[in-house]
Amino acid sequence: MPVNRAQLPPLGPDPPFRFPEIRRRVLANGLRVWTVEHHAVPLVSFLALLPVGAAADPPDRPGLAAVTGDMLDEGCGDLTALDLHDTLGRIGGHLDSEIGSDAMVLTLSSLARFADRAVALLADMLRRPRLERSDFERVRELRLNRLVQIRDMAPALADRAYTKLLYAEHPYGHLPIGTETSLHGMELAEVAAFHAAMFFPSRLTVIASGDATHDELANLVATAFGSWVPAAADADPVVDPAKLPVPPPPGERVALVHRADAAQSELRIGHVAAPRSTPDYHALLVLNMILGGQFVSRINMNLREDKGYTYGARTSFDFRRGPGPFTLHASVQSDATADSVLEALAEIEAIRGTRPPSPQELETGRAALTRGYPRNFETAEQISRAAAQLALYGLPDDYFSTFVPRVLAVGAHDVTRVARAHIHPSRLLTVIVGDREKVGASLARLNLGAVTEFTHA
Amino acid sequence: MNIPYTRHTLDNGLDVLIHEDHDCPIVAVNVWYHVGSKNEKPGRTGFAHLFEHLMFEGSEHYDRGYFQPLQEAGAQLNGSTNADRTNYWEVVPRNALELALWMESDRMGYLLPALTESKFENQREVVLNERRQNYENRPYGLAGMATVAALYPSDHPYHWMTIGAAEDIRAARLEDVRAFFQTYYRPPNASLALAGDVDTDAAVKLAGEYFGGLDAGDPLPPLDIPTAPEITLEQRLLLEDRVELPRLYLAWHSPPLFAENDAELDLVADVLASGKTSRLYRALVFDQRIATEVAASQNSREAGGYFQIIATAAPGRTLGELDHAIARVLDTFVAEGPTAPEMERCLAQAEANFIYRLQTVGGFGGKSDQLNAYNVFVGDPGFFDRDLERYRRVSPDAMQSAARRTLRPDARIALSVVPRGRVALALGGSESVSIS
Repeated sequence: MPVNRAQLPPLGPDPPFRFPEIRRRVLANGLRVWTVEHHAVPLVSFLALLPVGAAADPPDRPGLAAVTGDMLDEGCGDLTALDLHDTLGRIGGHLDSEIGSDAMVLTLSSLARFADRAVALLADMLRRPRLERSDFERVRELRLNRLVQIRDMAPALADRAYTKLLYAEHPYGHLPIGTETSLHGMELAEVAAFHAAMFFPSRLTVIASGDATHDELANLVATAFGSWVPAAADADPVVDPAKLPVPPPPGERVALVHRADAAQSELRIGHVAAPRSTPDYHALLVLNMILGGQFVSRINMNLREDKGYTYGARTSFDFRRGPGPFTLHASVQSDATADSVLEALAEIEAIRGTRPPSPQELETGRAALTRGYPRNFETAEQISRAAAQLALYGLPDDYFSTFVPRVLAVGAHDVTRVARAHIHPSRLLTVIVGDREKVGASLARLNLGAVTEFTHA
Repeated sequence: MNIPYTRHTLDNGLDVLIHEDHDCPIVAVNVWYHVGSKNEKPGRTGFAHLFEHLMFEGSEHYDRGYFQPLQEAGAQLNGSTNADRTNYWEVVPRNALELALWMESDRMGYLLPALTESKFENQREVVLNERRQNYENRPYGLAGMATVAALYPSDHPYHWMTIGAAEDIRAARLEDVRAFFQTYYRPPNASLALAGDVDTDAAVKLAGEYFGGLDAGDPLPPLDIPTAPEITLEQRLLLEDRVELPRLYLAWHSPPLFAENDAELDLVADVLASGKTSRLYRALVFDQRIATEVAASQNSREAGGYFQIIATAAPGRTLGELDHAIARVLDTFVAEGPTAPEMERCLAQAEANFIYRLQTVGGFGGKSDQLNAYNVFVGDPGFFDRDLERYRRVSPDAMQSAARRTLRPDARIALSVVPRGRVALALGGSESVSIS
């Protein structure tokens, strides 16, 4: 039978999806254990979430949390750094460590037959890092070298200037890696004190997923972590960015980071926006899909598919415990810098009401979120990461199963309403990392006042 | 471990591979075309990749962009081009399988009627911006181009990287697109893999309906790749770049994909530079602290591979110091071979990596992409077991002799990338190259 190419085939009903069941228990020391069965492949994954991130850095010591995180796999218990990595290799382990503003996440995956060794190793890394001087000095030096290399990386320069200008002295005002000054002055004793004050079983959630039963997974975690009794009675409190005042918009509207002979201009445009706890969360996700959250969004279709100014442009709301930024990201050809900024600003303004979402945009934005949702639960590690969001932001147990109906309930008027409530064109900061000689003169056309030149210490 | 599959070859020569996995209600649709930058000619480099972009701009029966209907159906989609092949994929909810087959088959059969000069010019600009973003404006971004240009002579298609030269991209013409499509985007030169929540019989039937009527076209022109002359004299090159720390790129010719010693060298690369216990990391970064990072890889491709070691100097260190330290490590390895604990580690990691690759049905990597890779490169989608076996049977002696034969000091390209104006940090006797 020849196929009908006159029209696209209908989709039919969306398939039902059963979210993986998460079982929860709490150990006597307060550590939360969540388990998820996933039998597709003989792997297990253990994710440890500590809700202590770069925002918990002491104000005069940016980068301390990240260095502490880096020291966890530099030897633990009886194992030196090399012993530890030798063990990891022998169990086919993959260790991944990430630090964000609000949390540190350590994930260790391994072949299922080595699950007991993997979880024991993870527990020791968190509980008994060796924190030896020679390792500390090497780690600090590598981070300093990384900071040196960042001086030539346009995206990193843009992120750093943008973060600093938006948040100033707020705990979100620095990148997790910190600064050269801070790292130069950092002492091993500070790392040890930070570890002692922040790493408590009662603060940890360990999410175990993979090719084992709930009971097996929970028992593995209990065996590895159950004997952890903290030395101090209480954990030091962590600054909760959700409880701090929102930083005021910066004085400047346009900042330039000069990069001689830059082949493109790296752009960040945005302002401080809503925290993860906002009741408008789902509507903001839909808004973002329409504005710049996927290929067919307005900003990408305009700057890439219509104008050819860039390989790609996108927007995001970085939802955190405190108010994270709303940001447009793009790298554009130098001679189109001002035009790209003007187009982007016009799109951001338009979605607040002069060009409300069309029915098709609304449908595409919602459907991309809802119909694509099951894709996020394909592997054990994906499931663990999704569950970690519940733990970090205190979301309800039924969060996954209510996600789709809540997104589907977002209407065109909701998108316009949240755009007006959460996007403020007069507060937008534009950061450009580019060649002053190539772009400087054109920036007057933005009509955003004097261009501040941002230089790094 | 394995990926159970069925294969059906349509009358027009298209292979359809199907793997059922009902864990998640999604299906991966993955199409490989056996064409890449190695099918390009000097002066027209970057074309296969530019062409890939045009595959997303609409086809005769749906000419409003490729992304719109699929993203609306909840799909994730993308494509990529390398020297040997071009792939396109969608991961869709299972109720959108037919839509994805409709879209893929329409662009396989009917791309040209929808192609216009303005789409072409727009995507040429986008690709030039991709090149600026990922190569020209990125520290060390041009090192890969300098390396392959030195490894292969100018008439060899591995002489250039897939992104191509900017002037060649600018010189591309719409007529070239038509000829390229008619030559290479043919069912017999493609392989379609479906993996996920599908019923094999129904999927075979659907694939036959959508792809079976497409014209097989003319036989493909033979691909005549000259043999790259053996390197018998070390070549030292120097590239000044806007970077803070100098970096050394060492490269040697090595066996092609799946050829003898390919797996051995893959494991040699692991023992040398994967993880903190690896020999180079331990010597250069951990103990001597003269490097900030080190990597090693066996880059195997259809018509030849290259083995590469990359190391970045710590501040105040020269690339000569790094080179000496690397040479000591290589000499020891060649003299003694891997130790028993090293064998245990690299084999466990190899096995784990095979399994990690089976976790997803599609995307970049995943089971559908793996089936197509085996089908296109070895003609056997079920090659998984034999592939894993290649690694399991590797002996310490074989690794040692593969390293001895490949990593010869006189058979290497040594590229020093140094901060502008700091040529003293490079290896002595390096010849300056210019890449744009």
